[in-house]
Amino acid sequence: MSKNPFPLDKQGLLEAYRTMRTIREFEERLHNEFAKGDIPGFVHLYAGEEASGTGIMMHLNDRDRIASTHRGHGHCIAKGVDVKGMMGEIYGKAMGSCRGKGGSMHIADLSKGMMGANGILGAGAPLACGAALAAKFRGDGGVGISFVGDGASNQGMFLESLNLAAVWNLPAIFVVENNGYAESTSRDYAVAVDSYVDRAAGFGLPGVTVDGTDFFAVYEAAGEIIKRAREGGGPALLECKMIRFFGHFEGDQQTYRGKGEVEHIRAQRDCIKLFSDKVVEAGVIKRPELEAIDKEVLKLIDEAVATAKAAPMPAPAELLTDVYVAY
Amino acid sequence: MARKISMRQAINEALDQEMTRDPTVIVMGEDIVGGMGGEGEKDAWGGALGVTKGLYAKHGDRLMDTPLSESAYIGAAVGAAACGMRPVAELMFIDFMGVCFDEIFNQAAKFRYMFGGKAQTPVVIRTMVGGGFRAAAQHSQMLTPLFTHIPGLKVVCPSNAYDAKGLLIQSIRDNDPVIFCEHKNLYGIESDVPQESYAIPFGEANVVREGKHVTIVTYGMMVHRAMDAAAQLAKDKVECEVIDLRTLSPIDWDTVLDSVENTGRLVCVDEAHPRCSIASDVSAKVSQEAFKSLKSAIQMVTAPHTPVPFSSALEDIYLPSAEKIAAAARKTMAN
Ligand SMILES: Cc1ncc(C[n+]2csc(CCOP(=O)(O)OP(=O)(O)O)c2C)c(N)n1
Ligand SMILES: [Mg+2]
Repeated sequence: MSKNPFPLDKQGLLEAYRTMRTIREFEERLHNEFAKGDIPGFVHLYAGEEASGTGIMMHLNDRDRIASTHRGHGHCIAKGVDVKGMMGEIYGKAMGSCRGKGGSMHIADLSKGMMGANGILGAGAPLACGAALAAKFRGDGGVGISFVGDGASNQGMFLESLNLAAVWNLPAIFVVENNGYAESTSRDYAVAVDSYVDRAAGFGLPGVTVDGTDFFAVYEAAGEIIKRAREGGGPALLECKMIRFFGHFEGDQQTYRGKGEVEHIRAQRDCIKLFSDKVVEAGVIKRPELEAIDKEVLKLIDEAVATAKAAPMPAPAELLTDVYVAY
Repeated sequence: MARKISMRQAINEALDQEMTRDPTVIVMGEDIVGGMGGEGEKDAWGGALGVTKGLYAKHGDRLMDTPLSESAYIGAAVGAAACGMRPVAELMFIDFMGVCFDEIFNQAAKFRYMFGGKAQTPVVIRTMVGGGFRAAAQHSQMLTPLFTHIPGLKVVCPSNAYDAKGLLIQSIRDNDPVIFCEHKNLYGIESDVPQESYAIPFGEANVVREGKHVTIVTYGMMVHRAMDAAAQLAKDKVECEVIDLRTLSPIDWDTVLDSVENTGRLVCVDEAHPRCSIASDVSAKVSQEAFKSLKSAIQMVTAPHTPVPFSSALEDIYLPSAEKIAAAARKTMAN
């Protein structure tokens, strides 16, 4: 048995792998189910971006809160939200995480510290400041983490939150998931500065950029930032440069992408493949151990889809619950 | 010459013709061209649902893709309008209005009055409204009443391709800020639309069906459901008059009041929530001005006072249906 060169023990590595595989399988499966016409509404997939959410969430517990985005499935899974409940939600069923009332763009589980995917770009950043503020008052060492894309990083709500978090010295972390596109618009067209580290500096925050396809780079950078925030060191920004495997939403023809772009990234920069190759080559984990996880994950997703499809719709009376005025 | 085109094409044609006619007309929004700064095709999207597709090839840089920063670009459109341009800014979904609302209700809406009549703000905000798309709570709302509440704003919501073209052209030529609401479920619906340019004046409702028993007043997608309800009721010899308001500010009270004076019965249909809605507004006006003509209590058919649910099972009962509209009309006939 060779020496483990990684910042996680074998158990941790297998856990990280399982999370990333679960996200990938979940998203690939949704892609296929959507194509069959079974899934309603807007669905934004996180496939290709798994290392970011997973590398960050490995440091968190249920009292740490995250505010997610429209591309939230990966964040949910990594934060421990029940996969079957998520699938049920996406199918609009009564057994869904939000009893079918929210859908893909609004999956939430407050008990897991998951404050919701969000249909309003940038709106999560102030909410994460609020989570950080609450943690600070409680003095429980919790953190609030906001995820935004490169597109939403141009939103006033996000930029104001950077300043607020710095001024109040909040245990808030701003993760910019830079996948190079906001819908069809390239990052370089819409973001004036090249470096998010510079942008953070302009707001008085330390910033770090990492290769978001490298699980270990994300894990280590996030670990430092989160530890610092827990100890009262204040907010920080983490940019993860990453890749979106599918279209902006399901149904997107992606004609704005260069020829061969998707094939190339799938072959060269698949974060799960990069992770697996590393841990296997180092001799810490054996291929069959990963393959065993693949099988379990596949079974879980099969069950989740079957359960969601068979589950009943919400009862009509549900329309008028969970709101303070029925009219 | 008229030919059948969709509401999507009609809006595209209105923008094209106005951009050709008037060099001060510029168009901006998120991904209204698409593919900017990338290695693939330009005009890759033409807006989230393809409404502006093809305009970039003709008008080039007068179509501007914006960063994801609604306060900044909607505010810039307002500012440019106050300085001699005629911007048409697209806000993808009306639900995003919260992000940039100040620029609309405190800035654009108030300039002309607050500056003693010395400013004009000919900006158009095109925005998608409405449900039925399984787009859930933050992409499905019918927020028209938020805007009719604000003095200084004009609010338009067409129900068909013909009206969409003529009303958009009028919106661009109008010197006040206009919130132009496009129902996302109507883009594909076709009607006869003349090729040539034409403007439909604001404040002129359309009587889309004549009838002597019950007046149904509505706008947007609900016009189609009201027409379905009217067809159902006609089988039972109940003749409905269906009024498509077309513009909500200004609103054509005369057409509504004249109709109720004839029928004596009113059903107000609104895809918005019931309180302080277009439906409650029309209801209040009619009871004030035409009380003596009323033979029965005014009925309202609206969405419930809840956010828009995601699940199809819930969204289908959230939206007012032809059946509910017909039932309300029958109720006015019962007494
Ligand atoms: C306030 C607001 N504006 C616009 C949109 C429409 N929209 C949804 S996703 C998206 C692009 C997001 O890009 P990015 O932040 O980079 O995230 P990614 O989709 O790449 O993960 C846009 C413009 C929205 N949902 N909310
Ligand atoms: Mg992006």
